[in-house]
Amino acid sequence: MSELPQRQTDIGPPHYEKFLHPVIKKNYGKWKYHEILTPGSMVHVSETGDKIYTIRVASPRLLSTNTIREMADIATKHCGGYLRFTTRNNVEFFVDEEGKIAPLIKELQDKGYMVGGIGPRISNVVHTQGWIHCHSAATDASGLVKAIMDDLSEYFTTKELANRVRIAVACCVNMCGAVHCSDIALVGVHKTPPRIDDENVKNFCEVPSTIASCPTSAISPDPSKKSVKIKLEKCMYCGNCYSVCPAMPISDPDNDGVAIVVGGKVANLRSAPTFSKLAVPWLPNNPPRWPEVTDAVKKILNAYIAGAKKHERVGEWIGRIGWEKFFQETALPFTIQHVDDFTFARETFRTTAAFKWT
Amino acid sequence: MSKKYATPLLDELKKGAFPSFVKEMEMAAERSDMAADLLGLVELSYKEKVTHWKHGGIVGVRGYGGGVIGRYSDIPDKFPGVAHFHTVRVNSPSGFYYTSDAIKEICDIWDKYGSGLTNVHGSTGDLVLLGTRTESLEPIFAELSSRGWDLGGSGSAMRTPSCCVGKSRCEWANIDSMAITNDITHHFQDEMHRPAFPYKFKFKVAGCAVDCIASIARADMSIIGTWKGDIRIDQTEVKNCETKGMNIQTEVIDMCPTGCMQWDGKQLKIDNSNCNRCMNCIARMPKALRPGTEQGATLLLGSKAPIVTGALMSWVIVPFIKMEPPYEEFYELVGKIWEWWDENGKNRERIGELIERLSFPRFLKEVGLEPVAAMVKEPRRDPFFFWSEEDIIKK
Repeated sequence: MSELPQRQTDIGPPHYEKFLHPVIKKNYGKWKYHEILTPGSMVHVSETGDKIYTIRVASPRLLSTNTIREMADIATKHCGGYLRFTTRNNVEFFVDEEGKIAPLIKELQDKGYMVGGIGPRISNVVHTQGWIHCHSAATDASGLVKAIMDDLSEYFTTKELANRVRIAVACCVNMCGAVHCSDIALVGVHKTPPRIDDENVKNFCEVPSTIASCPTSAISPDPSKKSVKIKLEKCMYCGNCYSVCPAMPISDPDNDGVAIVVGGKVANLRSAPTFSKLAVPWLPNNPPRWPEVTDAVKKILNAYIAGAKKHERVGEWIGRIGWEKFFQETALPFTIQHVDDFTFARETFRTTAAFKWT
Repeated sequence: MSKKYATPLLDELKKGAFPSFVKEMEMAAERSDMAADLLGLVELSYKEKVTHWKHGGIVGVRGYGGGVIGRYSDIPDKFPGVAHFHTVRVNSPSGFYYTSDAIKEICDIWDKYGSGLTNVHGSTGDLVLLGTRTESLEPIFAELSSRGWDLGGSGSAMRTPSCCVGKSRCEWANIDSMAITNDITHHFQDEMHRPAFPYKFKFKVAGCAVDCIASIARADMSIIGTWKGDIRIDQTEVKNCETKGMNIQTEVIDMCPTGCMQWDGKQLKIDNSNCNRCMNCIARMPKALRPGTEQGATLLLGSKAPIVTGALMSWVIVPFIKMEPPYEEFYELVGKIWEWWDENGKNRERIGELIERLSFPRFLKEVGLEPVAAMVKEPRRDPFFFWSEEDIIKK
């Protein structure tokens, strides 16, 4: 190990200033307005008159160093060596003259990058690790994203919608991707309780924290086995006990699947941020292309396209027409699973006689 | 190079318009046995419809309690390249800006010691190096830290704070979200690298209420930029919006949630005392309208995903705070909140859940925040409230 350089601790991240394009650095805090030029480009104009053009492409989030180097080389060639990543797994390139946009976009497209994602359309998908790297995944994330975005790519590259539609994928209900406030979100779910491996519970798990992990108090001690037991009728398969205790595996290839929740947003524009609500309780894991899931997503998107007024987000559109109408317009079945029986259930019951016939 | 394993299911995902993660794995697999075995393992997951990863063990670098997530395959005999496949979380620079040289430097280190696969970025905002062995962790950390990079947070610690682009490239930023994020990260290095909290704690900093970083949904403390005073109006540009085809009445005036705007075809009027700063009109007309000049932030607390008892969104605890260096008032408040959480929180209990369990009024009293109407959507609807000793009239 002697050839290794001297390690340092607690130095924190490098200061962002040294990574800023000179025009961005010079005009920091002086931006006056912006305009969207095309689905993949926008310009920000400073009070000084300076302009910075941003060109956006999608990434699959799982990136090899090959692709990162290629992006870096493109940035070196066209952008003075500056680039940026977005929270939605897009990559942004910067140029300081309008004439530099076309050659940059040409090179990006020649190399197979998808340019777009700016404005009222579908941006890239926020998602989690799935089968690529997670122990608690109830579905894959990258594959679902790929299948959906292949089908909807024109809403990233060209077509306009009433407003932006934010899609997210979480491979289990831990929701590392914070999908619970998205226009359309997919979440991996289980349908069967965990299986208790008594011998390993005894060896690997802390019984009190395993019991405490259960939101419905379904888990209790089983002193004779120095293990735990589950009241099966109370379990709603969240998998939190498995997060705490590896001896309670919950994955089930035939019964794990994908739920779809819709109508959430985080922006405060017009209306308050909202949680996404259940549209489809379960669809099968059917890799590699999850056709049942992509069909349901398209049903929801098409109903939104047909019904939404300009600037309405998915949740605002549903709020206007009513959820009973949403199920009619999308032809998605309303089931017993749609009726809430968890923590905030009472708030969701209809306490008015005014509703629409469907 | 011939492939180590046949991957017919994954091969299907090399087709189509959207960039393919399978191609990324294949490129890495040409250089790395780890990536080659990852392909084989993921193909098996696609076939069996089940994950092949186990819980992480405790692995890390000397002196840190986080920053590395241990990961092991449950079939190491079949895929020895991914027997260990640990994740290294590299603390990203604020705003996710890089130079080509800087990000290539990280690639060089990663190609030497890891799978060559990354997430740029993970959901929390770290630059995630995906897949390495236990014995490579110290060398990776030495190489990274000697070049000015550090690890992010994991476990029951402050997680890597993240933010929107803020003032670097957005005219709506009411606070310097990148500077604030950088300052918080450096201020709390110990809290980030040595987990000592009841559970995780996330800061996310958004420059305005558009909240491009989704702070209100996924940060224990959401810092959202806002302003006091009047929205700045350029009447000529308002008129230009109409000339260019915008229907100001339906797209702006009618969509204002507080009905505080008027447009007579010549002049736009805003009753700023009734504006709730939702950002809709400003987002519709970026050239014509700008936030007011007295800028600061609203602090909100408590959001999290559904585990354990349901998802929470952050709620207002400080309606307005100036977020300017050295952020003394802010750090003092964070200290009090963490102390209260430390004292009362159960293992794996987020701050939002703790407040739900013990009550928001008790949190306000014990942390020393004055109740104001901006903190609630509506007052309570039940008659079951507490009084303290000094409120009681004594004979």
